[in-house]
Amino acid sequence: MNPLDPRRDYPLASQRPELLRTPTGKRLDEITMEAVLAGEVTADDLRITAETLRLQAQIAESAGRPQLGQNFRRAAEMTGLPDEKVLSIYNALRPRASTRRQLLDIADELERDHSATLCARLVREAAEVYERRGVLAP
Amino acid sequence: MKVKKETAAPRRSRRTELLENRPVNLDGFVEEWPEVGMVAMDSPFDPSPSVRVHDGVIVEMDGKAREDFDFLDRFIADHAIDPAAAERAMALDSAEIAHMLVDPKVSRADVLAVSRGLTPAKLLDVVKTMNAVEMMMALQKMRARRTPANQAHSTSARDNPVQVAADAAEAGLRGFRELETTLGVVRYAPLVAIALQVGAQTGRPGVLTQCALEEATELELGMRGITAYAETISVYGTEQVFCDGDDTPWSKAFLASAYASRGIKMRFTSGTGSEVQMGNAEGKSMLYLEVRCILVAKGAGVQGLQNGSISCIGVPGAVPAGIRAVLAENLIASTVDLECASGNDQSFSHSDMRRTARLLPQLLPGTDFICSGYSAVPNYDNMFAGSNLDPEDFDDWNTIQRDLQVDGALRHVPETEILAARNRAARALQGVFAHLGLSPITDKEIEAVTYAHGSKDLPPRDVLEDLKAAQSVMDRGVTGLDIVKGLEAGGFPDIAEALLGVLRQRVSGDLLHTSAILTPELTTLSAVNDPNDYAGPGSGYRPSGERWEEMKRLRHVVSARNPDAQADAAARELLLNEKGAARPGRRSGEVVIGVSPAFGDVFTTTIVGVPLADVLRELLAGVEEQGVHARVVRVRSSSDLAVIAHTAARLSGSGIGVGVLSRGTTMIHQRDLLRLSNLELFPQAPLMDLDTYRRIGRNAARYATGDSPEPVPSRNDHMARPSWQAKAALLHIKETESVRPGAEPVELDVLIRMRHTG
Repeated sequence: MNPLDPRRDYPLASQRPELLRTPTGKRLDEITMEAVLAGEVTADDLRITAETLRLQAQIAESAGRPQLGQNFRRAAEMTGLPDEKVLSIYNALRPRASTRRQLLDIADELERDHSATLCARLVREAAEVYERRGVLAP
Repeated sequence: MKVKKETAAPRRSRRTELLENRPVNLDGFVEEWPEVGMVAMDSPFDPSPSVRVHDGVIVEMDGKAREDFDFLDRFIADHAIDPAAAERAMALDSAEIAHMLVDPKVSRADVLAVSRGLTPAKLLDVVKTMNAVEMMMALQKMRARRTPANQAHSTSARDNPVQVAADAAEAGLRGFRELETTLGVVRYAPLVAIALQVGAQTGRPGVLTQCALEEATELELGMRGITAYAETISVYGTEQVFCDGDDTPWSKAFLASAYASRGIKMRFTSGTGSEVQMGNAEGKSMLYLEVRCILVAKGAGVQGLQNGSISCIGVPGAVPAGIRAVLAENLIASTVDLECASGNDQSFSHSDMRRTARLLPQLLPGTDFICSGYSAVPNYDNMFAGSNLDPEDFDDWNTIQRDLQVDGALRHVPETEILAARNRAARALQGVFAHLGLSPITDKEIEAVTYAHGSKDLPPRDVLEDLKAAQSVMDRGVTGLDIVKGLEAGGFPDIAEALLGVLRQRVSGDLLHTSAILTPELTTLSAVNDPNDYAGPGSGYRPSGERWEEMKRLRHVVSARNPDAQADAAARELLLNEKGAARPGRRSGEVVIGVSPAFGDVFTTTIVGVPLADVLRELLAGVEEQGVHARVVRVRSSSDLAVIAHTAARLSGSGIGVGVLSRGTTMIHQRDLLRLSNLELFPQAPLMDLDTYRRIGRNAARYATGDSPEPVPSRNDHMARPSWQAKAALLHIKETESVRPGAEPVELDVLIRMRHTG
């Protein structure tokens, strides 16, 4: 398979559909009405994979949008996190919601259990800034 | 000496009274007060631009050392600004950067190479050198997506899902590519979000929907595929207000990635005035704080931002240059390469003129979404507290687009198509609710919503049943796929297919890119594959081809080929038979009525549809009731009213003639007067009614008998011209086509009879 050409291959759905898979390994053209009605396509299929997000990150970066690319790379790490986990980390990052220790534990867990190093870095940075600015939980 | 006591109130000018009562004086205006941040974009307490980079890290920004950074400074310095570009970009003079923004010969990419290195104070300094027109020029180039789009609100004062579905369908049909809803009673959210999605896909496939809720709930509806994107992710310009909003730049950045991780499009929201409204502006100008919000969005890696003051518009709107600041915030968002959904989404003014003036700076240059919420429901139903525009403004919007050939992304849709879409959306929702075992929708409701304007026109729903149903949607974990199945089961396979197409987008993530929308063919259009390529006159997006043809259509456009299209309305029939050359009359007691070349021939009614049979009947009756004889001639050689009337007068035994054009314009003339003079002229054909023609006939007869009647009061309407001038021109062209140069006037035999109708 040809590697991604980030300047030409967007939108992936029409330009490079062969690069795309659902989290359960289905191709885009397998998401049909018949398959939905037969119960072969579930809500889990209608999600993006880490691999696809990293392709999109390359496209964003080649279009001169490094922050957007970075966001997609963090998102790629989060695809492995259950919805509830995502929501709970978000809530933990709110002002005065967590102690420094709690945030650092979350960062460690992200790194250890989910290989989410970029997300972990974001949470550690938050812990440091929150401490400096007094927005940690008392 | 005694001093006179003033007792009576001073006498007021009539004009002042009139001005006092103008709608604009119901708006609130305040003086500037920089100490509390009540100043648009120029506070003495705003910092001066500066930057210092050490080892690739920004160690000083806008006069503040790194150790003194608050959390916004820190986030912006570390995530939004490119330290490699900063020192060089900051060394440029602000006016020089503004020149780059305005000059079409400097490409968008060249500007981005500079803007990536600018601090908040510098960006503020740049726009402070620009006036409103320069900002519009810049926005035209800096908008990320080439093709402009628009977003609507579809809400209901009663949270009625049937209404939301019907209005979403109509909005989609009218051209909106994103639809947003919110609730009065938050527990209604799942039902209303489903209704919005079903209605949107009924109107036109690929319309993206969102439901504005508290951040965590909004994310949950998105994750389930009930909504397609998110927008109300608010960021603020001071640390205190950010914390009051229960967030930090880090929690928001995490949230941005959370949405992306589920393949869901998302943008942040901010706007001038929010900090002063929340009482913590730290003495900074509204725009300085907003620039910080814009750069937080940039740093978080979110693709776009909704800004333009949004729900705080009354604050910048109240201070001097506030609306210029609102334009500046849209421009800065675009200048740092973010998608900009540019406001115009909140009730702004009591004055229609001011509402429009507030809109044009986004409409004329075009933005990614000109309104981040045009109310597609009457403002009384708008649960975002009302928008700058609502359905009553649809025709005005379409007309402004057509007048200026500027694409506001909407179109006129014939009523039959709108009724069909509204009805179908309501029926589709009925099917989905039935499939999911939710509170039923009756046929009576569907009938009502098809023709309704707002929730007041709808039968009330069983709110307790609805809330139970809403809860069950959450408890059972209903997803977008369940809606697809419900649509299919209900007999709406095309709507099901459209929704599945939208859900499928999550797998590819193409919609996550800057300024992405889906076309009705479900292809993605974003700043990546539809980048703005404006480079001066003749370049960039200009409405043309099919789109321009679509924009030309309005509710009432006179057909150029058949301007007299409503002729069939005439009930009396006018038969004019030519009897040969018209001869000068010898009876001193006669009036000659001269009709124009196409009168009663090509044309059968006046410009406003008054039958010409009736016009002639009243003129003749007016003359004859004075005991004066009337003759009718046709002047064939000219369509000029003065020529026709003067020709009639010269043929008249009394020297008095009346000239009348097909469109209804009329003149009483006298043989001895100069042609370009007259006795009485009635130039405004649209104001001519049958009574006026009767009185014209009467006066002509009295002139003929030597009387000096009081002239028929001529009416004046200063709005006749905008309504009728173009049609009058077309009618005149048509009339002139019937002119036969040099042909003599002919005598007419007049027969007026009721039209046979069977």
